[in-house]
Amino acid sequence: MMNNPIQLHVITRIVAFIILAFSVFLFFAGHNNPGGGFIGGLMTASALVLLYLSFDLKTIKRVIPFNYERIIAAGLLIAIVTGIVGMFFGFPYLTQFFEYYNVPILGEIELTSALPFDLGIYLVVVGFTLLTILTIAEDDS
Amino acid sequence: MSTLHLIPLLPFIVAIFIPFLYKRFRSVHTGWFLLPVPLIIFLFMLQYLPFSGDPFQEVMYTFEWVPSLDIAYTVYVDGLSLLFALLISGIGILVVLYSIYYIANKKDEPLNNFYVYLMMFMGAMLGVVLSDNLIVLYVFWELTSLSSALLIGYWFHKEKSRYGAQKSMLITVTGGFAMLAGFTLLYLMTGTFSIRGIIEVADQIAANPYFLPAMLLILAGAFTKSAQFPFHIWLPDAMEAPTPVSAYLHSATMVKAGIYLVARLTPLFGGQQEWFWIVTGFGLFTLLWGSVSAVRQKDLKGILAFSTVSQLGLIMSLLGMGSAAFHYGLDGGQSLYTVAVLAAVFHLFNHATFKGSLFMVVEIIDHETGTRDIRKLGGLMAIMPVTFTISVIGIASMAGLPPFNGFLSKELFFEGALNAATVDAFSGQALMMIFPVIAWIASVFTFVYSAMMLFKTFTGEHKPDQLPKHAHEAPIGMLISPAVLASMVIFFGLFPNLLAYTIIEPAMQAILPGLTAPGEQFYINIYHWHGINAELLMTLGVVFIGAAIFLNIQKLERTAFYAGERDLFNWFYDNGLKGLISGAQKVDGIQMTGKLRHYFMYMFTFLILVLGYALITTGSITIDFSQTAAISPYLFLIVAATTLATVAIPFVSKRIPAIVLLGVVGFLVALLFVVLRAPDLALTQLLVETVMVVLLLLVFYHLPELKKESFKPAFKLTNLVISIGVGTVVTLVALSAHAFSTANPVSPISDYFVENAYALAGGQNIVNVILVDFRGLDTLLEVLVLGIVGLAVVVLIKYKASGGDGV
Repeated sequence: MMNNPIQLHVITRIVAFIILAFSVFLFFAGHNNPGGGFIGGLMTASALVLLYLSFDLKTIKRVIPFNYERIIAAGLLIAIVTGIVGMFFGFPYLTQFFEYYNVPILGEIELTSALPFDLGIYLVVVGFTLLTILTIAEDDS
Repeated sequence: MSTLHLIPLLPFIVAIFIPFLYKRFRSVHTGWFLLPVPLIIFLFMLQYLPFSGDPFQEVMYTFEWVPSLDIAYTVYVDGLSLLFALLISGIGILVVLYSIYYIANKKDEPLNNFYVYLMMFMGAMLGVVLSDNLIVLYVFWELTSLSSALLIGYWFHKEKSRYGAQKSMLITVTGGFAMLAGFTLLYLMTGTFSIRGIIEVADQIAANPYFLPAMLLILAGAFTKSAQFPFHIWLPDAMEAPTPVSAYLHSATMVKAGIYLVARLTPLFGGQQEWFWIVTGFGLFTLLWGSVSAVRQKDLKGILAFSTVSQLGLIMSLLGMGSAAFHYGLDGGQSLYTVAVLAAVFHLFNHATFKGSLFMVVEIIDHETGTRDIRKLGGLMAIMPVTFTISVIGIASMAGLPPFNGFLSKELFFEGALNAATVDAFSGQALMMIFPVIAWIASVFTFVYSAMMLFKTFTGEHKPDQLPKHAHEAPIGMLISPAVLASMVIFFGLFPNLLAYTIIEPAMQAILPGLTAPGEQFYINIYHWHGINAELLMTLGVVFIGAAIFLNIQKLERTAFYAGERDLFNWFYDNGLKGLISGAQKVDGIQMTGKLRHYFMYMFTFLILVLGYALITTGSITIDFSQTAAISPYLFLIVAATTLATVAIPFVSKRIPAIVLLGVVGFLVALLFVVLRAPDLALTQLLVETVMVVLLLLVFYHLPELKKESFKPAFKLTNLVISIGVGTVVTLVALSAHAFSTANPVSPISDYFVENAYALAGGQNIVNVILVDFRGLDTLLEVLVLGIVGLAVVVLIKYKASGGDGV
């Protein structure tokens, strides 16, 4: 193996952020174009996996000190709570709301309650993928 | 939602904050924060009491929960639920107060767990007695079972606690399931889950074939919960719980849930012959069995446990006898039977007071001397005078001596039993003649164990060398609660009619509706002296014979009867459980070989058989290519490549090429999605494949070299047949489905999503809209599964080294 994979490092530094940016785009594009929480989450996870692969676990853990178990829990909570909010106004669980707004510069944008729900999905997918991969990777017994 | 709706929910809401309170205010005993909860509930419920002598005002509020299934959170207050709600909250106050002094605020004592479970129980129990909807009642009912098991297992490091918790859980939850089935049958007959709605149509369903099964199933739930013979065996083992719990759940409130249910459904089933015989019969037998077993106990708490079993049987049998009143209707002999219901309601209250105080007193003795064994105790009268006084009151009430409240209800019990014997309600008057006999014998034994409790503990010789601790009087805080209960025993013994107007009459009205003339209500008057009659003579007989037996107790103690303690029926439970476990292991051992290829064999064989059978018997195999779209050359290419890669995998003998080939298949499928214009699927497939490669590489490190395995030709042939069979069947299903849709043009469900995705959900990407909107609950549960699997991976991998103990 290479002792100093400089090319990989350099490329990863650039590519990882392109993938991350693209994943954010995919996440927001989801409602009207291909994408969404699940795909965006997988994309983010693969970017992070790439980082872990090209650098070592310790370095990346220092840079991204996430607790993926908590990310899963947070995602689940967000998804569940989004569904509950509508219940306070007498709607069934998980009723979705959406509205169009005109914002200067951005033009017409759509705000939906599916977005926070999708964010929950996104977080669970990211958390699950990395938790599984890292747990197996760290297991050296 | 009304304030009343919040009453059962309040303890649950408070329970959420207990861990924070416990952590934040470590030096203050958590119990102090919770004392206001039962107090508030008690004061709130007091407002429904008819103090002014007006007729009782029933209150009902509905909050829709799942209207399509007729499940509503309906709270209802009538005399019966009010009696229970007051008992639950009132004794709750005393129990929380007592527990503050009983469970020390030590470091290794998980006080927060204790109070969370206790609050959970309080809320659940209030929910049981206040809800009108059977399904809601069932949910709360099971919550009481759950919290009870958690509380019994509070000191879970003790083997016996775990055994008792498991036993109570298994028995009560099994009964609960039976009860749920009974509720469902009631729903099938009446079309409603509302108790009041069902009772309204009671006379229409009595002839229904489901009526008797429903009755039996519901009684199974009530009997397991209320520890009726032969399900009573869980109650003595439940005494491993902390004593405030025993006093609260296992004598005053939870075990009376079954009695509540029987009383609640008396207007529905009462008047039926089966109901009368089963409830009375089981009740009387439990009464006898419990009181005889209690005499054998050497542990003070054991005596109280069996005594509780016996007293529960007493109340149950009274409800059974009282139900005959419905047989007579408005006029006739019904008043002879309503006495039994009066006795049941009155004794329910009395039992809660004297038994609650006795449990607390017993624990004080244990706390101060270090033992509850009556063979070691003795002579505590002079050392613990306050405890002794409270005990005398409680025990005298339990034995049925005047002027305490236990005497009054026991006299009424004798009256009810005598009445049942003199009036010919159902065929079998000869059998009813033994009712008062059983009642009398059981009372003699009750007197004997009461005397044993009192005299063995407090009189005789003090044996300090046998006691682990130096005995002295308990701290004042522990004495308050039992003293309050004991003073109630005296107070309501002297002025029973204070209860009569406020709570007993409304409760009777609730159990026996329609048995008073319209606008009238039950009028009762309880008094001590009613002349020299059969009841009084029976009581005198109990005292004399009981005293005679107690004076010759040494002879009894030498018999084999006294030597054993454990109930005979535990044998069935213990061996049944053992058989269940070993049986399940045998069945599992046959199919669970631990080899993935075997599991696949089972699954695929099953798939072929079921699908193939369905295809052939329905004659739906049709192949029709006339309507298929043109297949582009790319598709042929991709499919050919995929097939080639798949077929090659079994012939590869190294892992890396196999993984690479699998990856090829995955990416080709992604390509297929691209060609078929499904960008979401293609993206997902690509990403999953990418992540999978990393995962496989990681796992690869742990895998052993691929071994060259040699199989018998027969085994290979079977596998070949199965794999070809799966392929054929799935292809046939796909082709037939296509042919079917061409022959019968049906609009696919996707049309609905195409039309409505933008209008209803504001999104143009149908796949995403389905995921987050139309089928949002599916997605939510899927990510929940993801989360659980993730945690399972962590647990399996991180804790495997510790040999299973860490999990």
